[in-house]
Amino acid sequence: MSGLLKSPPGDRHRLPVLALVWMILLLCPFWIPYIGGYTSLGTRILVLGLAAMSLNFLIGFTGIVSFGHAAYFGLGVYGCGLILRYVTGSTPLGLVAGMLLGGLAGTAVGALITKRRGIYFAMVTIAFQQIFYFIAYKWNGLTGGFDGLRGFTRANLDLGFTTINIINNDYAFYYFVLFVFAIAVGIMGLVLRSPFGRTLLAIRENERRARFLGINIERHIWLAFTLSAFFISIAGGLYALLNNFADPSSLYTDLSGELVIMCVLGGIRVFWGPLLGAALYVVLQDYISSHTVNWMFFVGLIFVVVVMFFPRGLLGMLRRRSEA
Amino acid sequence: MLEVSNVTKTFGSLVAVREVSLTVERGELRAIIGPNGAGKTTFFNLISGFFPPTKGRIIFDGQDVTNLPVPGRVKRGMARTFQITEVFPELPVRENVRIAVEVGAGYALRPRLSATERSGVNRAIDELLERTRITAKAHRLVGELAHGDQRIAEIAMALALKPRLLLLDEPTAGMGEQETFEIAGLIRRLHREENYSIVLVEHDMRLVFHLADRITVLAEGALLADGTPSDIAANPDVQAAYLGHAA
Repeated sequence: MSGLLKSPPGDRHRLPVLALVWMILLLCPFWIPYIGGYTSLGTRILVLGLAAMSLNFLIGFTGIVSFGHAAYFGLGVYGCGLILRYVTGSTPLGLVAGMLLGGLAGTAVGALITKRRGIYFAMVTIAFQQIFYFIAYKWNGLTGGFDGLRGFTRANLDLGFTTINIINNDYAFYYFVLFVFAIAVGIMGLVLRSPFGRTLLAIRENERRARFLGINIERHIWLAFTLSAFFISIAGGLYALLNNFADPSSLYTDLSGELVIMCVLGGIRVFWGPLLGAALYVVLQDYISSHTVNWMFFVGLIFVVVVMFFPRGLLGMLRRRSEA
Repeated sequence: MLEVSNVTKTFGSLVAVREVSLTVERGELRAIIGPNGAGKTTFFNLISGFFPPTKGRIIFDGQDVTNLPVPGRVKRGMARTFQITEVFPELPVRENVRIAVEVGAGYALRPRLSATERSGVNRAIDELLERTRITAKAHRLVGELAHGDQRIAEIAMALALKPRLLLLDEPTAGMGEQETFEIAGLIRRLHREENYSIVLVEHDMRLVFHLADRITVLAEGALLADGTPSDIAANPDVQAAYLGHAA
């Protein structure tokens, strides 16, 4: 019985935290102008937040670091853009195409690299990302090469009985992105709380112990990598819709690094940490870059301060406080 | 239950284990002892599948498991603990045991459990915590517990796999007097009351002679002696090996 009364640490605050996060996100378009933002900045935070959370599914909850996750984000961007540009004007189909392109590429790459660990794993993820980047960069005829893929726009959502205008209604588009975000993040949360999700924690915590419990480590890491690639390519698809543009830099190393920074800023051991990290990153970028082109310097400075003084990230530190 | 015949393990030019054989009967508690560097841990790793032997065969429950990888061995009923405790430090004791119970029940790839399955898992966890007498610390993070309690949690995780053979690598290594006493008590209960077959490597001679049914002595990678505790105590070769190294 005592097991029912005393919930494990971290679980105590789960429902209030969930309620708070979703309230903030649902009301974002209403409060964001008061802090100098605008609705599409909120949308950008959601998209990059989903990307960072997808990466953190690997870093924070499986304990393996990919430094090449922009590959699957970027493939999501291009998958969505290419479908909208050449095949059909349907927004949901674009998203599905992006998810399939990025997710299946992740499935294939994951199958090849699960025996690598640590720095070697990170290096191979970068190598594969470079391959995808150069394909997009060189294949001018299809992808627009260096200039990126233009000439497509997101289409309004046709629900049968009514049509939702997401082309020039920023609010509607924000809520559409939030809807997709909620589904992806909801599934991610369910996976992490499942027996399968706990085997990932086990691998993160102690691979040797996990192996001697009988967990097939390689298979589980492969599945985690695959899921993470599917999640992040959904974010990629949303990014294409947000910008109406597929940019080769969305496949580039810089973005991979930025996503890792977002995770660490917010806290890798906290589910919502990377979302906060992404918010901070995007807001700082938006704010500082309107004053100086050297905005990256200041973001770097803040990153150093966080890593030195709050090594568990901003949310990680908050959680520790509340448990103490 | 376990039949190891003539296993050899070489690392480059080093012969860590040379032609060692051993038979463990069902319900037996077998201790493996020997001076430092005798190849005990290597031999133990061969049995548990950490790496395959260079030569020789390992039969477990009538089946050849010589080259079977770890998950297959676990499925057939082998579970082990480590000399340096291997647990999930940032998770509570209860969650450590939960993962072991779920994996042991074959739920490792399941996206969700039915209510019946979940309550079955919870019951199994409660029972394991009771049997290993660590219920009071169930909600503490394992990494924050004393060595002895971490080791007990590790044994609880091994038991969660419902093993037919429990492999314990130096279960009291680095433990204080009281902790050694508690772990020895746990091992004795598992052996005498729950009839587990156990193979353990151990340095603490009092514990070995107190608990073991049979003792295998290794020296310099080879089998030196094999017999009941009183045989071993009276064996001049064993005395020479230990005294020789101590002197």
